Amino acid sequence: MRTLLSAAAIAIEVAMILTLVGLSDGTLDESKRMRRGIGADIVVRPGSTSVMSFSGVTLPEKLVEYFQQQPDVEIATGSAAHGIPGGLMESASGVDLAKFSTMSDGLRFLSGGPFQAPKDIIVDERYARTKQLGVGSTLKLWDKNWNVCGVVEPGKLSRVFLPLPVVQELASAPGKLSQIYIKLKDPSRTDAVVKALKDNPQLGSYQVLSIDELASLFSIDGFPALRQFISVVIGLGVVVGFLVVLLSMYTAVLERTREIGILKSLGASPAYIMGILMRETLILSITGAVAGIVLSLVTQWTMNTFGGSALVQKMVPHWWPYTTLLAIAGALLGTLYPAMKAVRHDALEALSYD
Amino acid sequence: MPDTPPIIQVRDLRKVYQSGDVPVEALRGVSLDVRRGEFLAVVGPSGSGKSTLFHVLSGLTPATAGSVTIDGIGIAQLDEAGRTALRKDKVGIVFQKYNLLPTLTAEENIAIARHISGKDIAWGPAFQEVLKALGIENRLHHKPRAMSGGEQQRVAIARAIVNNPAILLADEPTGNLDTQNSEIVLSLLRELNQKTGQTILMITHNPEAAAYANRTIRMRDGLIAG
Repeated sequence: MRTLLSAAAIAIEVAMILTLVGLSDGTLDESKRMRRGIGADIVVRPGSTSVMSFSGVTLPEKLVEYFQQQPDVEIATGSAAHGIPGGLMESASGVDLAKFSTMSDGLRFLSGGPFQAPKDIIVDERYARTKQLGVGSTLKLWDKNWNVCGVVEPGKLSRVFLPLPVVQELASAPGKLSQIYIKLKDPSRTDAVVKALKDNPQLGSYQVLSIDELASLFSIDGFPALRQFISVVIGLGVVVGFLVVLLSMYTAVLERTREIGILKSLGASPAYIMGILMRETLILSITGAVAGIVLSLVTQWTMNTFGGSALVQKMVPHWWPYTTLLAIAGALLGTLYPAMKAVRHDALEALSYD
Repeated sequence: MPDTPPIIQVRDLRKVYQSGDVPVEALRGVSLDVRRGEFLAVVGPSGSGKSTLFHVLSGLTPATAGSVTIDGIGIAQLDEAGRTALRKDKVGIVFQKYNLLPTLTAEENIAIARHISGKDIAWGPAFQEVLKALGIENRLHHKPRAMSGGEQQRVAIARAIVNNPAILLADEPTGNLDTQNSEIVLSLLRELNQKTGQTILMITHNPEAAAYANRTIRMRDGLIAG
């Protein structure tokens, strides 16, 4: 039972790390995929907003016309984002569906179709699944009832789409946008166009990014605080695993004092006894780590089935060796003190222990 | 063979241990010779020092003063590592409480003694015959909890001799056994001594058990009384 609990504690430690890393990687990758799915080559954003921020509807809509008139630009369109109450980093995107579809090769409808009425809303398949929605369902957002008119494949800008003027009205920002997307006639000229736009003093207060630059920001390197948070959680996981194994092995050594005395009476050296305890810990930690990996697959399924639509947990097999090594190292370290105590036991005292 | 040196030679052995703040002199100058191939019984009442003598001879505790030589090795001044090596190579021990590892089978309990001594855990046909003589060859796959006290003690004897030790030390080997099992175990020890020449030193408070030995010495108040 004690062994089972120790293995379970190590499993939870490993699963916690894998889940956290899987969630951050998965969510960032999904965000990256959604940005790439827009089909634009360049993105223009308000100057002071964070890459994860979808709110801030401050870009003048007339900029779209300006960009559209540039010789290299094939099509320019904008979106306005409005945060969904209660959703973790979730927002609805207001789009000019015709222009957005032209840019992104069209939203792929799995069921239903484009907006037909001002109260129509389009959701992607993941959002529909997590909220149990289908075409014809009513979705209540911002104290209003919306009619789900279409369910689309995920991967393009957002999980929830509304007509652009509707979101502008919701955000109390008529004529304003959150981001502008530009598709070039010749994508190979992206860097040159970005440079030209950045050099334009009239656009000085805006962020002009190629889609590659934008996508690169959706990585762990783009979020130093997230990296620190993950490091802290990993550290905590290792400390918890270490303490549990320490306690477990300490109890084990106490329980097995007599057995250790028997081994000593047979001539077992300190190294022999230490080896036995360390081997047991190694098996325990490997078993715990494998169980933790399996557990992380269960949390992945649970998150992706029942969790919110904003958080996506992906499998991170490249982390399996790291977490296994961390679990083994923590467990061996936790065994060291009780093991040293065990080998220092006086054989006679140990034999009289009941 | 009168010229053969004794396999155990004890001279003026003293052992003092602390009982709280009070020093207790358990052995007060014991001198003793045990010949190779001898089956010696050490008898005496509780507190006579016979168990302390057993602990010193088996290397489980160091001597305070005096000299002890076992199979040519002076052990009185050995450190912990040296005494551990002595138990591994020279001494087989049988306890009153059997002291088998409860999670291992009888076979594994015997094999671990070979493993500790660095030998192949598989034993040869000669030892298989010993197991047959001990009457446990069909009980090897059982764990101690599934065995009677007599069977457990016979497994403990097998474990103690599996590495061919120079001496076999037995501390009250029949102390936890009924009369029938006591007779079986004592007969086996005598047979082992007679057939293989195994030197045996047995501690007991029971004169009937001591009668199985070739020679008996008595201890009283930390000294050999005769």
